[in-house]
Amino acid sequence: MSDPRGPATAPGGGGGPKAIVLAHGTVAEALVAAVDLITGRGDRFSPLSNQNLGAAEIDALLRERVDALGARVIFTDLPAGSCNFAACRLLKDTPGLMVVTGVNLPALLQFATRDTGSDADAVAAAVERGGSALRLLTGRPSAH
Amino acid sequence: MPIDLYRIDDRLIHGQVIVGWGQPMDLGFIVLVDDEVAGSEWERELYRMGVPPEMALFFTSVDEAVARLGEWRADPRHGMLLTGDVETMRRLTERAPAIREVNVGGIHHRPGRTERLRYVFLSPEEEQALKAMEARGVTVTVRDVPSARALRLGELSGAAKTA
Repeated sequence: MSDPRGPATAPGGGGGPKAIVLAHGTVAEALVAAVDLITGRGDRFSPLSNQNLGAAEIDALLRERVDALGARVIFTDLPAGSCNFAACRLLKDTPGLMVVTGVNLPALLQFATRDTGSDADAVAAAVERGGSALRLLTGRPSAH
Repeated sequence: MPIDLYRIDDRLIHGQVIVGWGQPMDLGFIVLVDDEVAGSEWERELYRMGVPPEMALFFTSVDEAVARLGEWRADPRHGMLLTGDVETMRRLTERAPAIREVNVGGIHHRPGRTERLRYVFLSPEEEQALKAMEARGVTVTVRDVPSARALRLGELSGAAKTA
């Protein structure tokens, strides 16, 4: 039976988790599953959920996962969400840790598929790709 | 508008508060009554960094909240007052009789607490404190998001029946 808060590692083709995705409900697992479906690299991420947890429990769960994986990158969903506050608390005493909030699928795909450069480079590219992916698309104006 | 919602939520500021309640309320400010947060510059900055820039945040102790409640209640913006635990809200309501309704929004699992709802776990002391608020005329309702039905304490699973 799987851990409802999210498995330590996600399915994929190898390489091991480089980043944690911490989000509301089943968002993290779904995003990571989609990354795996599209690229086969879901195992680059370790998904976590804050579901049914208080702030102290989220803090503890995340710290445990960061320590276990040696992860230096955390993606969260909402800037004003409990997931993001928990991640940012770790910045205080985790040198080198980077937190990206407002995560979306394009950002994770970019991060998962970048094989060269540093984590910081991969994070910067993910932020750029994820941010620019949000666009308004409208239909062609009607002739009348 | 006065403060629209007095809420107990152990996640303090988070998605349900900012988006779930904040959007429909057109929330303009939050009063966070928590001694630990009020005393930590890091925590204060953390919350300031996360919330929308147009939303004002006040970090206070119980003493300061009692002293400034009238000021916030006269603020033209919509406001929410948050505590992270029942005890802080109990102390506040005892000293601020203007607070007539309290929302229990989220109290999660901890040793010594019993599950009453998916998002509400209470110790016997916390349940007693909530009942004491009700006995003083404060309406206590349990509701995580605005679209949910507001429950009274007596409707919670395992609630002791009162005569």
